[in-house]
Amino acid sequence: MAKKLKKVDVVVVGSGWAGGIVSAEAAKAGYKVVTLERGKPVDRQDYIGVKDELRYTDRYEMMQNLAPETITSRNNLDEEALPVRTRKEMMAGTDLGGGSVHWAGATYRWKPIDFELRSKTIERYGEKKIQEGMFIRDWGITYDEMEPYYDKWEKTAGISGEPDPLGDKRSNDWPNPPMKESPAVKLFKDTTKKMGYHPYQVASANLSQSYKNPDGETLAQCMFCSFCTQYGCDFGAKSDPLVTVIPTALKTGNCEIRTHSYVRRVLHENGKATGVMYVDLRTGLEYIQPADVVVLGAFAFTNNRLLHLSKIGEPYNPETRKGVIGRNYNGQFGITFLGARGFFEKKKFNLFMGAGALGGTLSDFAGDNFDHTDLDFINGGGIELRQYGHGPIATNAVPKGTKNWGPEFKEKSLHYTNRSLVVWYTMATMSWWHNYTSLDPTYTDDFGDPLLRITYKYTDHDRAMAKFGIEKCTEIMKEMGADIVDPDEVPEEFDHVYDGGHYAGGVSMGEDPETSAVNNYLQMWDMENLFVVGGSAFPQFGGHHPTATIGALSYRASEGIINYLKDPKLLTQPKKAAANA
Amino acid sequence: MAETERPKTPQAKDESRRKFLKNSGLVAGGLIGGGLLGSLVTSQVKKPADTGNKDTAAKDDNHDMDARTFFSRTDDFETLSAATERLYPKDKNGPGAIELSVPYFIDRQLAGDWGSNAHAYMKGPFPQNQEAAYYEDLDRNQKNQGPNADTQTAAPTPRYQTRMNRGEIFREGIKTMQDQASSKHDKKFAELEGEQMDAILTDLEEGKIRMNGIHSTAFFNLLLQTTIEGAYADPVYGGNRNMAGWKMKEYPGPRMGYLGQIEDEEFAVMKQESLRDYQDMWG
Repeated sequence: MAKKLKKVDVVVVGSGWAGGIVSAEAAKAGYKVVTLERGKPVDRQDYIGVKDELRYTDRYEMMQNLAPETITSRNNLDEEALPVRTRKEMMAGTDLGGGSVHWAGATYRWKPIDFELRSKTIERYGEKKIQEGMFIRDWGITYDEMEPYYDKWEKTAGISGEPDPLGDKRSNDWPNPPMKESPAVKLFKDTTKKMGYHPYQVASANLSQSYKNPDGETLAQCMFCSFCTQYGCDFGAKSDPLVTVIPTALKTGNCEIRTHSYVRRVLHENGKATGVMYVDLRTGLEYIQPADVVVLGAFAFTNNRLLHLSKIGEPYNPETRKGVIGRNYNGQFGITFLGARGFFEKKKFNLFMGAGALGGTLSDFAGDNFDHTDLDFINGGGIELRQYGHGPIATNAVPKGTKNWGPEFKEKSLHYTNRSLVVWYTMATMSWWHNYTSLDPTYTDDFGDPLLRITYKYTDHDRAMAKFGIEKCTEIMKEMGADIVDPDEVPEEFDHVYDGGHYAGGVSMGEDPETSAVNNYLQMWDMENLFVVGGSAFPQFGGHHPTATIGALSYRASEGIINYLKDPKLLTQPKKAAANA
Repeated sequence: MAETERPKTPQAKDESRRKFLKNSGLVAGGLIGGGLLGSLVTSQVKKPADTGNKDTAAKDDNHDMDARTFFSRTDDFETLSAATERLYPKDKNGPGAIELSVPYFIDRQLAGDWGSNAHAYMKGPFPQNQEAAYYEDLDRNQKNQGPNADTQTAAPTPRYQTRMNRGEIFREGIKTMQDQASSKHDKKFAELEGEQMDAILTDLEEGKIRMNGIHSTAFFNLLLQTTIEGAYADPVYGGNRNMAGWKMKEYPGPRMGYLGQIEDEEFAVMKQESLRDYQDMWG
C-alpha cells in the first residue's frame, strides 16, 4: 500500500536539463517543487580523480543500470522485439543531472526550417516533395518564437561560441567567446574555407573562460583534459544541471530533490493528473506524491513509457495511423554521424587532448541552405570535425582492408593513433508512420511492468541523406590532405544500438490533438495539468545536436507551467492540421 | 622466485611451455614482465626487478596481482594467454599481450561485475537460436573505430541475446579453442604453432565454429575487445603493465588538462602517468 505524502505545487520526474530547468524555474517563482530522480545523488566530487577510460567509456559507469529495466527493439511491425540487454547497446543517463552530466557539450540552435519543416518544404518544393508515410509537421512554434528561450538557456549554460556565418537571427551573441582551436580543427576550417564553405567553431558547453550565469552559478574554464563525453566534469567547466539549474533550484528553499526514486505511474482522475506513484529503490517502499501540476521531464524513453503505463492519451496504432502516444518517434541513429576517416602520413596530431565539443563545423549543407530540387531528401545537417580527446582503448582505427588483429593490426593501429581524423554529417531524421513506441507484450522490469518497445527502421530517405553526407565529408577529407580516405558505408538497416543519446519524439508537439500529444508549451492536450518536457516533444529531429533545443523548450514549458499555476487552463487552442502531418 | 621453490610440473608440460615461448617470439633471456611467463621461465631469465634500475624495480616488484581469481584451471588460462598474444603480439614496437599482463586483466574483469553481467538486462525469454548473439561487441561506433564495412552490417535483432554472462561466454569460448586444438592437431591450444592458432582464431572470427549458446564471432569479438582493453586500460586493472601499452601508443595517461598545449602544432611527447599518480596528486 503506497504511502500518500503531502501535496506540492509541482512534482517533476527527472533531473537532467529538462527536469532541472523546470524545477529551478518553478522554485524561483515561489512554488513548492519535488523533483524525483531514480539514480543516486552525485556532485562534482564524484568526478574528481576518476579519469579512467575503461570504467567510463568501456564499462559505462554513468549509464543506466539495465538489470532492472531496459527497452526492447525491433525493425518491423511483424517482428517480435527483443530486449537491448547491455550498456554497450543502450546508453541512457541516470543519477542526478541525468544524461546531461555526461554529454559532450556541442551546442546548436536548430534552424527556422526545422520548426516549420512541412510548410516551408511545400512552399519551396511543392507537396510532392513530402514522401508518403513521412509524418513531418510544423512544431506549432517558429524559430523567432523560440529565440528568446534559446538565448535564455545559452546564458544559463554559458555557451562559448562564435557566430555561424550562415546562421539565423540572434538577439545576443553567445555569452562566451569560442574555444581555442587545435591544429586538427584549424586544418578542417582552413580547408573548408578554401573550398568556399563557411566554417566556424562549434559552440560549446565546455567553457572558454570562467563565467557567472544569471542565476549566480559559477562555471570554470575548460582544461581540454579529454575526459568529457561519458564523463562528469571534475572542474565544473562543462555546463550541466549539476553546476547550474540544480543548485539554483535548491538554493530557493522551495525544491526538494529525492534520489533513488523510481516513478512507476502518473496518477489521474477525471482527466486531471493528481500526482505520481514512485518506489524508493533502497527500501522498496511505495509513495504517492500528489501535486497540482505533474511534469515528466525525463529522457524520451521514460516520458513515453510513463504515459503508456499510466494510460494517458491514445496510444498510436500504426495499422490505423491513429492515436498520438508513441507517434513521431525519431532520433539520430547509427545512420547519422557518418562521413569519412582520413589517415595522414606526414601529420601527427595531439589527439589525446581535447574536449567534448572542441570542433569545427559548417552549415552549408544544413536545413535548406542548399537546393534540394534534385535531391531525394529534405533538410540536412552540419558537417563537423570534433576532437573529443581520444582514449587509447578507443583509438585503434586502421585503414579499410587492414586485418583487425595480429601483427599488422598492432603495427598500423599504433602508427595511426595520432594520425587519423574523422569528418561527419550530423543529418536530420524524419518521422515515419512505421516508427513508434509502445509497451512490449513480453518483457518486464523488476516490478513486472512492461518495458518500452521501440519499432524503428531506416528509410530510403535516411540512406539518400547519409550517402550525400558521406560524399561531402569524403571530398573535404581529401582536400584536407589525408593520404588514405575511407568513406563510411551506409548501413542497410537499423542495428538496435542506442548509443548516441539522441532519441526523441513519441510525445510530440503540434497544433492538432489528432496528431500531437502536447501543445507548444508541452502541455498535454488530453490532460492540461500534465506537462511532458524534453526531446520527447520533437515532431522530427533537426540536423544538429539537440541539447540547446531541449534547453529552450524546457524554458518555454516552465513559462507555461507557471502561467498554468496562476490560471489553470489549456494554454493554446488546438487547430486542425493538414492530413498526414 | 628461485628455481628450487618452483612447484614441480611434469616434464612434458615444461616442454610445451618452452615451445610456446618460442612460438610466441619470446625467447628466454628477453625481458619478461611477469604475467604467465613469469612463473614459467627459469632463473636464468632476469626479471626487470633484478636489472638494478630502481624506477622499474619499484613498479615491477608487485607480482601479487598476477594471480587468477576467475579461471581455476591453468590449462584454460594458458589457452587464453596464447590467444591474446596472437591477437596482440610482441613486436618491434614493444611487448605483447602476455608481457602486458592482459590475461590477468581479462581474468579479473570476468571475476567482477562486468563478467557476471551485473548491469545487463538478463531476464528471459531468450531467443532459441544460434545467431542471436552474433553481433555482440561489434562496435560500429564511428568515432571510436572508424569506417569498417564489417561492423556496419545491421543485426536482425538486438545483439546480446544469450542467456550466458560474459564469464560463461569466455569459458565456453576457451573450451571451444581447446576442442579445436585437440581434434585438429591432437595438442593443447598453447602448444600449437602460431599459424595453427591463427587458423582456429580465424574460424572463430568468421563464425565457422559452432558454439553452444553463442555465435563464435561474438565470442571472438569479445576476446579481441577485451584484449585491447587489457593492453591500454589503466594499470590499476592489472593489464598495461608498467604502462608499456601507453608508451607504445604515446598516450600520457590521465592529466589535469592541456589548456596550454591544445593549440600546439608539435606532437607532445610526455612521460606516462597512471590513475594512481593522478589521484595521488589530489591527495
